[in-house]
Amino acid sequence: MSEKSGADILVEALVDLGVEVVFGYPGGAVLPIYDALFQQNRDPGRGRPIRHILVRHEQAATHAAEGYARSTGKPGVVLVTSGPGATNAVTGITDALMDSIPMVVITGQVPTALIGTDAFQEADTIGITRHCTKHNYLVKDPAKLGDVIHEAFHIATSGRPGPVVIDIPKDVQVATARYAKPGPIQHKTYRPALKADRAAVEAAVEMLAAAERPVLYTGGGVINAGPGASQLLRELARVTGAPVTSTLMGLGALPASSPQWLGMLGMHGTYEANMAMNRADLIVSVGARFDDRVTGRLDAFSPGSRKIHIDIDRSSVNKNVRVDLAVIGDAGHVLEDMLKLWKGRQTPKPDLSEWWRRIDGWRAAKCLDFADSATEIMPQRAIRALYEATKHRAPIVSTEVGQHQMWAAQHFGFEAPNKWLTSGGLGTMGYGLPAAIGAQLGNPGALCIDIAGEASIQMNIQELATATQYRLPVKVFILNNEYMGMVRQWQELTYSSRYAESYSDALPDFVKLAEAYGWKGIRIETPGELDDGIAAMLAHDGPVLVDCMVAKLANCFPMIPSGAAHTEMILQANEVSGTMDDEARALV
Amino acid sequence: MHIREEQRERHTLAVLVDNEPGILARVAGLFTARGYNIESLTVTDVSEDESVSRITIVTSASPHVLEQIISQLERLVPVHRVTDLTALGAHVERELALVKVAGKGDHRIEALRLADVYRARVVDATTSSFVFEVTGGSEKIDKFVELMREVGLIEVARTGIVAISRGREAA
Repeated sequence: MSEKSGADILVEALVDLGVEVVFGYPGGAVLPIYDALFQQNRDPGRGRPIRHILVRHEQAATHAAEGYARSTGKPGVVLVTSGPGATNAVTGITDALMDSIPMVVITGQVPTALIGTDAFQEADTIGITRHCTKHNYLVKDPAKLGDVIHEAFHIATSGRPGPVVIDIPKDVQVATARYAKPGPIQHKTYRPALKADRAAVEAAVEMLAAAERPVLYTGGGVINAGPGASQLLRELARVTGAPVTSTLMGLGALPASSPQWLGMLGMHGTYEANMAMNRADLIVSVGARFDDRVTGRLDAFSPGSRKIHIDIDRSSVNKNVRVDLAVIGDAGHVLEDMLKLWKGRQTPKPDLSEWWRRIDGWRAAKCLDFADSATEIMPQRAIRALYEATKHRAPIVSTEVGQHQMWAAQHFGFEAPNKWLTSGGLGTMGYGLPAAIGAQLGNPGALCIDIAGEASIQMNIQELATATQYRLPVKVFILNNEYMGMVRQWQELTYSSRYAESYSDALPDFVKLAEAYGWKGIRIETPGELDDGIAAMLAHDGPVLVDCMVAKLANCFPMIPSGAAHTEMILQANEVSGTMDDEARALV
Repeated sequence: MHIREEQRERHTLAVLVDNEPGILARVAGLFTARGYNIESLTVTDVSEDESVSRITIVTSASPHVLEQIISQLERLVPVHRVTDLTALGAHVERELALVKVAGKGDHRIEALRLADVYRARVVDATTSSFVFEVTGGSEKIDKFVELMREVGLIEVARTGIVAISRGREAA
């Protein structure tokens, strides 16, 4: 077997791993890898080509890889240079860690002899990314490169998924070694368990069968466990008759049209979901992590319930909320085992009619209703119009971060998993456009829409060019209220409407900006133009940016103020005092 | 508003890790990143082929945080095993210190007498100084160092705690 350069080994390993798309940006320390990619894609003798997508900023490469991964279930792959290339990628790497997205990031590094000398474009990538990756590697020997790449994909995609960084010095890309595709990976220390302890699963089924007021509380772990896990969740909901709520990351696991769907829970969740959590006698958490956005004030969180926590990551258990039963395993496997046991016991469907009567009472509050207007477009109205016009096409929806994100989560119905791409844990503005680009590449025929705000979209606006270059018919739908709306809302609620720096001043003309990038631009200014504007967006087969002017001072309700309990939801604007004590102000 | 702190307990953890570059930074960094406390940390390779290192960490945390520390450590890819020796019960903890003392006359005689009481050995001597080597539990060493202050302490080097479970089984 002949020796190959490190760069060729990398490319061959990526081909062996089935990588089809790489999101990247070239630079000095990755030139050998770019040359190997170039030759791979020109020489049919070298096997399957790898498509390289040239982004306009490395942060966007990571978000595009996240969007690709979340919408396809395959790992996202990123290739960036040393120094600023790597540091620009850090936000997206951290985002992928927080939201458990499988991602492999290959970073160039200065030659090994120059490491530590403050060389040109040198950064301590391994040191910087140590705590925002699931694992990272500095490869100093080309003979080890092949095994490291295969191991990195194994770690990124198995167990609780996450980002893995491989830092490759330039001389290691040039030096030669042998490469052989390794067999199945048996890692010395990393052995995530998929199957849960049988006794724990049995106990969970017993508790569920005995519950009078159960709630299934699901999260991103169900999506990560694959489409099969969502099917199993639907089946468990059917046989138990239990109501289902979900975190932001878990939307779509249960169809929004299901009569058992309570809507999202937490800070901007529905009244019925949060009241059901508060009054439940059993909470079954599946692939969710009791995040602070979900629990509200911890000592008032679901005080009367026993709690089961199904999670592949043991460290998620008892982190924020003490639970009565931990079931450690993959959400899909655990749901499958629970269903088998449930059906084997021939448990009759529990009579939850009294529980559902109470839930229907909370539903009657119609917490997502809003005061519509004949003169200005209410943002909720815009989201609902977009949903009605597109739902038959099962669109993939990404978002930026802020009010528009929460309105999308509340008013857009998701019927299937892998259709909802949003930055939940890190809350990264600028996520949505590159994520939509990544999703479009992974799903060429799908309708991919980024629901954006006028502030967030400017954080990665340069990616309009990426969509143009690759002829991706991505749609961007901006809810333009001329404010960093969520910041302004918190200032209204907590700081007596002192709007410090939250006005989006000096906004560009988004329609002209879109046109400058080769996109179609549409402006919607009145309620009467809404449906036609959306229709025009959908009718155009290229990328379209819609600048939808919405009510400037609308607030996102319902809302649990920080430091408050689920039962202390604000449903309407007139319940807002405008001030908060220091304890509440100190919370995020 | 004032910031509240939780009650803490002191625990000694033995962490077996793959001996790869950066592992110490990974473990120590986990503690700083998540706001956990390290009272002492020692590390060295312990396997025949130098492939596995043992890190002994003394931390103080509430029971709730301690559970998190252990599961967060176990989540690190190169970690083989984490054992809470304090929770396990019977175990031995030892620390070694080198203590330099300078002085003449009565102070010098008193230093030697105290060293004898604490079973400290003299590992270096000049006409005006000693270096003592003393091993034992941390409290014993604290006490010895405190006494040496009165008779001319110059400097102290301590290893931090190493610990192992009692009995024939590996922890």
